[in-house]
Amino acid sequence: MTLVVRGVRPYGEDAVDIVVSDGVIVELAPPGTAAGEIVDADGLVALPGFVDLHTHLREPGREDAETVRTGSQAAALGGFTCVHAMANTSPVADTAGVVEQVWRLGQEAGLVDVRPVGAVTVGLGGERMAELGAMAHSAAQVRVFSDDGKCVHDAVLMRRALEYVKAFDGVVAQHAQEPRLTENAQMNESELSGRLGLVGWPAVAEEAIIARDVLLAEHVGSRLHVCHLSTAGSVEVVRWAKARGVQVTAEVTPHHLVLTEDLVATYDPVYKVNPPLRTAEDVAALREALADGTIDIIATDHAPHPHEDKDCEWAAAAMGMLGLETAFGVAMETMVVPGRLSWRELAQRMSTAPAHIGGVRTQGHELVPGAVANIAVVDPEGTYLVDPTKLASKSRNSPYAGRTLPGRVVHTIYAGTPTVLDGALA
Amino acid sequence: MDSRARVVLDEADIGRGIRRIAHEIVEKARGSDDLILLGIPTRGVALANRIASAIGEIEGTQVPVGSLDITLYRDDLRLRPARALETTSIPAGGIDSKVVVLVDDVLFSGRTVRAALDALNDIGRPAAVRLAVLVDRGHRELPIRPDYVGKNLPTSHSEQVRVELDEVDGTDRVAILGHVEDGAAG
Amino acid sequence: MKHLLSAADLSRDEAVLIIDTAAELAAVTDRSVKKLPTLRGRTVVNLFFEDSTRTRISFELAAKRLSADVINFAAKGSSVSKGESLKDTALTLEAMGADAVVIRHGSSGAPHRLANSDWIQGSVINAGDGTHEHPTQALLDAFTLRRHLRSGAGDLSGVRVAIVGDILHSRVARSNVLLLKTLGAEVTVVAPPTLMPYGVESWPCHTSYSIDDVLPDVDAIMMLRVQAERMQAAYFPSSLEYSRMFGLDSARVARLPEHAIVMHPGPMNRGMEISADVADSPRSVMVEQVTNGVSVRMAVMYLLLGGMQEEI
Repeated sequence: MTLVVRGVRPYGEDAVDIVVSDGVIVELAPPGTAAGEIVDADGLVALPGFVDLHTHLREPGREDAETVRTGSQAAALGGFTCVHAMANTSPVADTAGVVEQVWRLGQEAGLVDVRPVGAVTVGLGGERMAELGAMAHSAAQVRVFSDDGKCVHDAVLMRRALEYVKAFDGVVAQHAQEPRLTENAQMNESELSGRLGLVGWPAVAEEAIIARDVLLAEHVGSRLHVCHLSTAGSVEVVRWAKARGVQVTAEVTPHHLVLTEDLVATYDPVYKVNPPLRTAEDVAALREALADGTIDIIATDHAPHPHEDKDCEWAAAAMGMLGLETAFGVAMETMVVPGRLSWRELAQRMSTAPAHIGGVRTQGHELVPGAVANIAVVDPEGTYLVDPTKLASKSRNSPYAGRTLPGRVVHTIYAGTPTVLDGALA
Repeated sequence: MDSRARVVLDEADIGRGIRRIAHEIVEKARGSDDLILLGIPTRGVALANRIASAIGEIEGTQVPVGSLDITLYRDDLRLRPARALETTSIPAGGIDSKVVVLVDDVLFSGRTVRAALDALNDIGRPAAVRLAVLVDRGHRELPIRPDYVGKNLPTSHSEQVRVELDEVDGTDRVAILGHVEDGAAG
Repeated sequence: MKHLLSAADLSRDEAVLIIDTAAELAAVTDRSVKKLPTLRGRTVVNLFFEDSTRTRISFELAAKRLSADVINFAAKGSSVSKGESLKDTALTLEAMGADAVVIRHGSSGAPHRLANSDWIQGSVINAGDGTHEHPTQALLDAFTLRRHLRSGAGDLSGVRVAIVGDILHSRVARSNVLLLKTLGAEVTVVAPPTLMPYGVESWPCHTSYSIDDVLPDVDAIMMLRVQAERMQAAYFPSSLEYSRMFGLDSARVARLPEHAIVMHPGPMNRGMEISADVADSPRSVMVEQVTNGVSVRMAVMYLLLGGMQEEI
């Protein structure tokens, strides 16, 4: 069967017909010339399907918040063709058994590549290394390891993990949060936290761990990935490390590119997230770093929570925000529309680079003949009004409710098959 | 003042009314040893002070004057936003076994006086309570009648009576405002 | 005004109105019948998620003096300790027809949540939330200051107040800094650097690390309770060192101006932030603060509940 994405502009360049056969792009034909099953994309922009290196799908354990299937649907609607499912499930994804279960659920859903992330330590306990090799060699072929939600704060354990994963070209994705400096922390430590009487979460708690880890990575010659950078200081540390030649990559979430700590003054827990929302200066530094490549990728940190975990007082609320269905819009608003990133650069930040960091060979390909046909087709002139009740995610904790984001994901094609057509699941 | 206002009492009329009230109080009290005047803020307090001076001129005695804010006893609190309280000051010695003369500017529905009686009840047990008003405009909604009246002023229900006193308003006069919107004071 | 959540929400005129009203209501305490009919038929719920008998009974007495029906809903012995959420508790109170909820909660912002949620329709009065605010305490302190230093009228223009102690964890300090500033006072917060909030330099007050530096130049000194537990968390090395450096003893009181008063929101740690002889001295107005607390809370309840409910 042949699929033709008609009249689409790869990376916003000249219009073509993308011809897909057997899951692979076989030809870029002049617009309107190719024959087959037509997906109308006249004037729209084609990008390689987005790859999320940081997604919480909650299954197993919290199927009331999200399942692999609903999370996959949300991902597809957001233009993603691959997500990395974080390990902080219940049970924790710290054995081959659990990662294979998640991987299999992803296959069954069949909407995106679901790549399980393995825990670095048993039960995310931060004390004993999990069986990283077994997870790497399982059917799930885990390459990214993270205790996300918790920091691997023991320096020796972090060093060993960085070393150990070299054997199978894995990478440790660190959730940089010094635990003692952030005990019971509720929001960015600032003048505002002092005023609101909420325990502060100092920037240094993030920056100190990143500084330590880049030095460790340099010392043992390993790859390091830093999750969700949130401060200007973190950007400086990563920039410094990269200049030294340390093999470090870093991500930023959509919400840290657009939201600031002032929102916490509402005490509305939809704005409670880890790491916390920071200042406008931090947001500016993160945008700049993403533009200049200091930060390699956008990763959603999609964190679904059931209503009751947000419909409560601030301190009792869970941390996290939805991100899959709004990531592209936020990237548009903060990076593409203001001219900080070109389409090709956006494709790099949201597809190619995350696929590369995660070791996903079938994702992030350039849109040329021979590439696996993972394609996001977006309308740069469209807009997306965020209505949490209409999200595919099982949860509703979007911080963008009522906001209109620029750009719209129109079609998503996963391994040659449309998963989303005209903004709806195919 | 509104152009539709009709002045019905001037400074001299008010002075005469006050002196009449003072004479009647003295007469009825037969000497003013146990007498206390309690004005209902704002203009009732000014009137109480004037009546006390008039009694002083007649009798050569000082009648204690206080003020009694009835806001917290009103029966229409929930019909308007919460309002600021006025001063309540009870003369030293209290009101127990005294003859208390409540003083207000206008007697209309009688609800203010009802509230004042409730307030007095919480403050002590007077020997008697009397009521003095500068203007009685009628339209009572409660079984209350004044003991001393400066001037009876027949009005229609929808008219508004406005008392202005020098201490509060910088001038002395009483006017009737024609058919104003509902909710007229009094 | 529908709720009282933060001292920051009060304008100068609103704050003065509350204090003026409290001054009028204070007279009720001196009468034989200490009760007003004003809130007859209204229901006030004291929703206390933290133990605080003194604050609770102050609100309770205030509500009862205004003839409101009072329900005390304490976290202990109620369904809250069985894990019922703030929301479900609020929905229960709403179903029972609470006109006002006086809430004390360990979590900063809980009263804001309650007021801004659709859980309840009534007024919310913050009786202390986490380390955030305690606005009625600040109002009663302002009332007490005005009585002693400004003859009971107007605002607090030019009054110099030092607040000494655990500023970081103190909701009393936060509310007082905001309110006293609004009323024109000049506030200095005094604490060891570890007990100063991050960003305190942007607060509308002066800061000092030395109580001795500020003593000669204040009209009132407010001592805050310092919990010995803070010692374990390395905020200061020992109770002894704290009390030596920041405690108010009679030698320090002697260096205060003649007219200056000593305040404390209670409960006191005698021997820690304040010595016993100072606590019991005529300079101390702690007992009066408690009395004034009832008047101020009556004023707040009257102004929030006494009139027509404002349209939202």
